[in-house]
Amino acid sequence: MSVLRGRWLLAPGVFWLVAFFAIPVAVLAGTSLMPRGIYGGVTAGFTLEHYSRFLDPLYLGILARTLLLSAICTAICLLAGYPVALGIARSGRWKNLLLFLVILPLWTSFLVRTYAMIFLLRDHGLINETLMALGITSAPLHLLYTRGAVLAGLVYGLLPLMILPLYTSLEKLDPTLLEAAEVLGARPLSRFWRVILPLSLPGTIAGCLLVFIPSLGAFLTPDLLGGAKDMMIGSLIQNQFGPARDWPFGSAASVVVMVVVLVAMLGWLRRRPEVL
Amino acid sequence: MRRAPRSIVALTTLGFITMHVPVLVLAVFSFNRSRYGASWEGFTLDWYRRLAERPDILAALKVSLVVGGLSTAIATTIGTLFAVGMTRGPRRGAAWLESLVLLPIVTPEIVMGIGLLALFATLGIALGITTIVIAHVAFSIPFVIVVVRARLAGMDRTLEEAAMTLGATGRSAFLKVTLPLLWPGIIAAALLAFTMSIDDFVITFFVAGPGSSTLPLVIYAMARRAVEPSINAVSTLLVAASTLLILGFDRLSPRRGS
Repeated sequence: MSVLRGRWLLAPGVFWLVAFFAIPVAVLAGTSLMPRGIYGGVTAGFTLEHYSRFLDPLYLGILARTLLLSAICTAICLLAGYPVALGIARSGRWKNLLLFLVILPLWTSFLVRTYAMIFLLRDHGLINETLMALGITSAPLHLLYTRGAVLAGLVYGLLPLMILPLYTSLEKLDPTLLEAAEVLGARPLSRFWRVILPLSLPGTIAGCLLVFIPSLGAFLTPDLLGGAKDMMIGSLIQNQFGPARDWPFGSAASVVVMVVVLVAMLGWLRRRPEVL
Repeated sequence: MRRAPRSIVALTTLGFITMHVPVLVLAVFSFNRSRYGASWEGFTLDWYRRLAERPDILAALKVSLVVGGLSTAIATTIGTLFAVGMTRGPRRGAAWLESLVLLPIVTPEIVMGIGLLALFATLGIALGITTIVIAHVAFSIPFVIVVVRARLAGMDRTLEEAAMTLGATGRSAFLKVTLPLLWPGIIAAALLAFTMSIDDFVITFFVAGPGSSTLPLVIYAMARRAVEPSINAVSTLLVAASTLLILGFDRLSPRRGS
């Protein structure tokens, strides 16, 4: 019996998550405060230089671009995802199939899905070949390695994360409220603005966070779909741990990302929807 | 509930096309005879046949399966114990435990990846299959917990209490009543953990060492070099595997829409 008591059941999980999640994040925070060693590692000491280096317009520019792209991506996902969530909530017997089709892309390789975008967008990809075959363009458009391609890749990859919490909110919406609004004379648009939208606010907030946070840390998408000028903070971090070999600066950049994430999460943790 | 207006149906359809067409196109062209263009030049299985002749792909497949199997077994065990433990133990510290489960889910993958890399470097642990398994277990556990806990929440606790009233010890009530009822949730969690493991790129990218490339790492290296039909073929296989696993997961999960 004593083996089955909560504490012992929790111990292995707590150990693993502390040792291989909490401590790694703490190690990053520590690394970001130490001077850089000769071979990219760290030496003993304390410094804030990696953070002050972040104030360089070059890096602030990358941070600003990342925040902007993530915000645009979130806005597009919200606009595109809302009708889809509404459509699923009212799809009757198709509901289970449609929900499965929203969940499926989340669990298929993000890498493969990003590669699928390369396949579509490249100079001799399907989009360009089709446009030229139809005589709409005479030469291939340069779609790949642009900021638009990064945005398309992010929206394509993250759209399901917006739809799911929105759906959860809309599904719970009591239809009699809409009927009441209708009986009281509200037109469809006004029913949407004054009943549906306010009641789906928790799902909207959750969806926006679920899209915004991963796009903030994206590195695969800008790496494969973007050009040299489209570096996002994820690519900057990867670069510091890869070719640039400046781990303390890379750690500082990732601490900045974590701080933004935590700030975004703070308000949400208290009233989190059951979607996760 | 009332039917959706036609405009909503149209936008919903458009949404689903956006979410699924790119990968479908990728899969269709894995059977295309043409090497370069995006024009259809006839059906072939050549690109799949060639995959079987590539030692790097076969080695990566083996690494992916070993890592997937090990990390799924460990994460499912630890996560299930944790989920059961959360429903018993004292409620003290529950909020802290919730955060410990939730934070890894919402932390950007790159932060977790480089954090683990920095930890392994600090401890002087060589990168390889072991470090990949450790990382995969770490990112899978929270999802296992969420899935198993959902199953536990939908379960009738009184059954276990009834077994104990009828004279079963706590241990045998758990093993003979609770565990069998929990199985579908545990299997669903394992399918999810395995899917996440074989698909993960970002975290694996940072904690893999020489000679321990998983399939996604090989696909990435190929995709950076050039666009070639072999990438379509191996990608299609990976997506097909995930789809089957998630289909199984979905079957075992309680219905969402009612």
